[in-house]
Amino acid sequence: MNAAPASGPHSGPDSGPDSGPNSDPNSDPGSDPDSGGLSVERAQLALGGQPILRDVSLHVAQGEFVALLGPSGCGKTTLMRVIAGIQSADSGRVRIGGRDVTAAHPARRNVAMVFQSYALYPHLTVAQNIAVPLTMTRLNGWQRMPVLGGMMPGSRAARAAIQADVARTAGPLGLSHLLDRKPGQLSGGQRQRVALARAVIRAPGAFLMDEPLSNLDAALRVTTRREIVEVHRRVGAATLYVTHDQSEALTMADRIAVMQAGEILQIATPEVIYRDPVNLDVASFIGSPRINLLEAMAGESGEVRAAGQPTPLRTPARGPVTLAVRPEDWVLDPDGLPARVEHAEFLGDHMLVHLRIAGAPVILRAEAGLRVTVGETLHLGFAPERALLFGADGRRVAAEIREPARA
Amino acid sequence: MEAAPKRRRGEAVGAWLLTLPAVISFTVLLLLPTLAAVAMAFTDFELGVWPPAWIGLENFSELLADRGFRQSFANTVIYVGLVAPVSVGLGLAFALLIEAGTRGRAFFRAVFFLPVVSLTVAMASAWQYLLHPTIGPLNSLLRSLGIAGPAWLSSSDTVLVSLAAIGVWENAGFNMVLFMAGLTAIPRELREAASVDGARSAWSRFRLVTWPLLGPTTLFVVTITLIRSIRVFDTVAVLTRGGPNRASETLLYTMYTEGFTFLRLGYSAAITLVFLAIVLLLMLLQTRVLDKRVHYG
Ligand SMILES: Nc1ncnc2c1ncn2[C@@H]1O[C@H](COP(=O)(O)OP(=O)(O)O)[C@@H](O)[C@H]1O
Ligand SMILES: [Mg+2]
Repeated sequence: MNAAPASGPHSGPDSGPDSGPNSDPNSDPGSDPDSGGLSVERAQLALGGQPILRDVSLHVAQGEFVALLGPSGCGKTTLMRVIAGIQSADSGRVRIGGRDVTAAHPARRNVAMVFQSYALYPHLTVAQNIAVPLTMTRLNGWQRMPVLGGMMPGSRAARAAIQADVARTAGPLGLSHLLDRKPGQLSGGQRQRVALARAVIRAPGAFLMDEPLSNLDAALRVTTRREIVEVHRRVGAATLYVTHDQSEALTMADRIAVMQAGEILQIATPEVIYRDPVNLDVASFIGSPRINLLEAMAGESGEVRAAGQPTPLRTPARGPVTLAVRPEDWVLDPDGLPARVEHAEFLGDHMLVHLRIAGAPVILRAEAGLRVTVGETLHLGFAPERALLFGADGRRVAAEIREPARA
Repeated sequence: MEAAPKRRRGEAVGAWLLTLPAVISFTVLLLLPTLAAVAMAFTDFELGVWPPAWIGLENFSELLADRGFRQSFANTVIYVGLVAPVSVGLGLAFALLIEAGTRGRAFFRAVFFLPVVSLTVAMASAWQYLLHPTIGPLNSLLRSLGIAGPAWLSSSDTVLVSLAAIGVWENAGFNMVLFMAGLTAIPRELREAASVDGARSAWSRFRLVTWPLLGPTTLFVVTITLIRSIRVFDTVAVLTRGGPNRASETLLYTMYTEGFTFLRLGYSAAITLVFLAIVLLLMLLQTRVLDKRVHYG
């Protein structure tokens, strides 16, 4: 990694070794809307005079799992509702399975949705809840009648088939012994799985999940993640998974769409989002602990100085820039920036050292064996090929390595 | 060691002292009058004849044989049978329409609620005019269509139906308000989930979500409407006085005439007991039998 050519930009919004085949971080591998899957084109929506969705475009290919990640209130649920057809957008189009469903009723869109609150029917048993999407499509109004329905022609065979499908769906989700219970008699995790079963029982063209794990406790959340990924693999539908939890997005998704204030900032694979964010918002939203930000200055010839010291970086930008370094990308370097230790947290396999560089708080993720004392001054360098630079407007600017890495 | 029981007794005395006003007012205002009415029902108490004699179940056996009472009972059943289903159905329909509509909610809510807040006795004169056989607008309208309208309130064929129509008008708005309260308690997400799950028509969403979840409200509305319509008295007293020829006499009106016109208080009290028994039975039905089947944990 130390032989990066000084002239070649190693990273940046447009290219970089970390981007892999996705040279454009916003590239859509299957952006041909006729290829099926799910796509939203330029959706705009204002509610009560407030813009909620600002020109949102998004494509989820058939079989792909895309996480929609953003802070609370950024419009994730609203986007789901627009896709499902519960809410109509002011402008823009929605396609599902290659079909334009912008004006279609939710029932005719062939989408399945897991609501944040699960929205289970409290008066129906688990089996009846799971069966609803099938009874609604396979039985006509007469056959659905409470008592008479059973006597309608064809009703018995159809009902038996539905029962079989319910059993087949409930089994892998561990719901077989709960089929006769009412939702009120289930735990949060069981309710969540009933909602999941109800969504996947028919083969949906698109599968929407709105923070399905947010009501579960931490341990259950981790096991259920795997279940959801497995369900997705079985169903194979284009899946849009809403979360405000970046670790869910990073671990589960093929691609992540980062949303903020009604706008999609970047759509890319988890690696690209992490290593190659398009702007400061994405960089600071992803990563835990947060990425470290240092005020820096690009001089006459583009050389970057931070905390009054030269760095190995050069940029086409001029003037004030922000230097961003992930906590794991710091290295102890006698020529590096002086940093005063404020506090250290031991976390078993690693430790987090909180320091200040010229007044700015930074975090260093270090080997568990590192010995530091509070008040001591360390000198921190960073892996230059991993450092990010952002202009004054928060957009990413190219960072080139000024000289082959020292030492 | 000794202080504890003493303090507990002190607490008990304090508790009784605190509830005393409620206990006294309950006893004086509710318990004693009810017990007095129950006791009276087993006497031949008449105003001006003293002392009353204990006659056991005689009042009740007389009730059974009394054709006037039997007619009044039947009239009440017919009246309730017309008013309860129609006003519950209309109340639900109004509530659903107002919920679904986007404009004029407050206006329609006020219009339908007007009968509830207006004084029935005062509105009765308006009804008398509306239903008047010669000068009433309803019959004028019918005449213009070439139909000879009946004498709504003075023909024994139509008087009960006319009173029932007024009863529906009185109750539907009240029921609508109750249903609207019930509707707001149903999470919007459930109806949305129903449409995503394939409930295409408003009717299928109503059947899947709204109607079942409205169960507790409906049960309450039905019970309240039954009790309210069994108690019909003011329209009868003001508009028909039970006539013509007792065709519109209802339970409470018979009780009133027996007690306050013929001054047979014992007999009147027996009718009161029959009325109370019916109301209690309805309430029991609501709490015991049906309540279990319409609530979800
Ligand atoms: N019906 C509405 N009227 C006005 N504002 C709304 C409405 N529904 C949602 N919003 C606003 O839209 C924004 C996005 O909401 P939502 O999509 O639920 O966010 P998220 O799911 O990302 O937490 C919030 O600021 C919310 O207050
Ligand atoms: Mg949300």
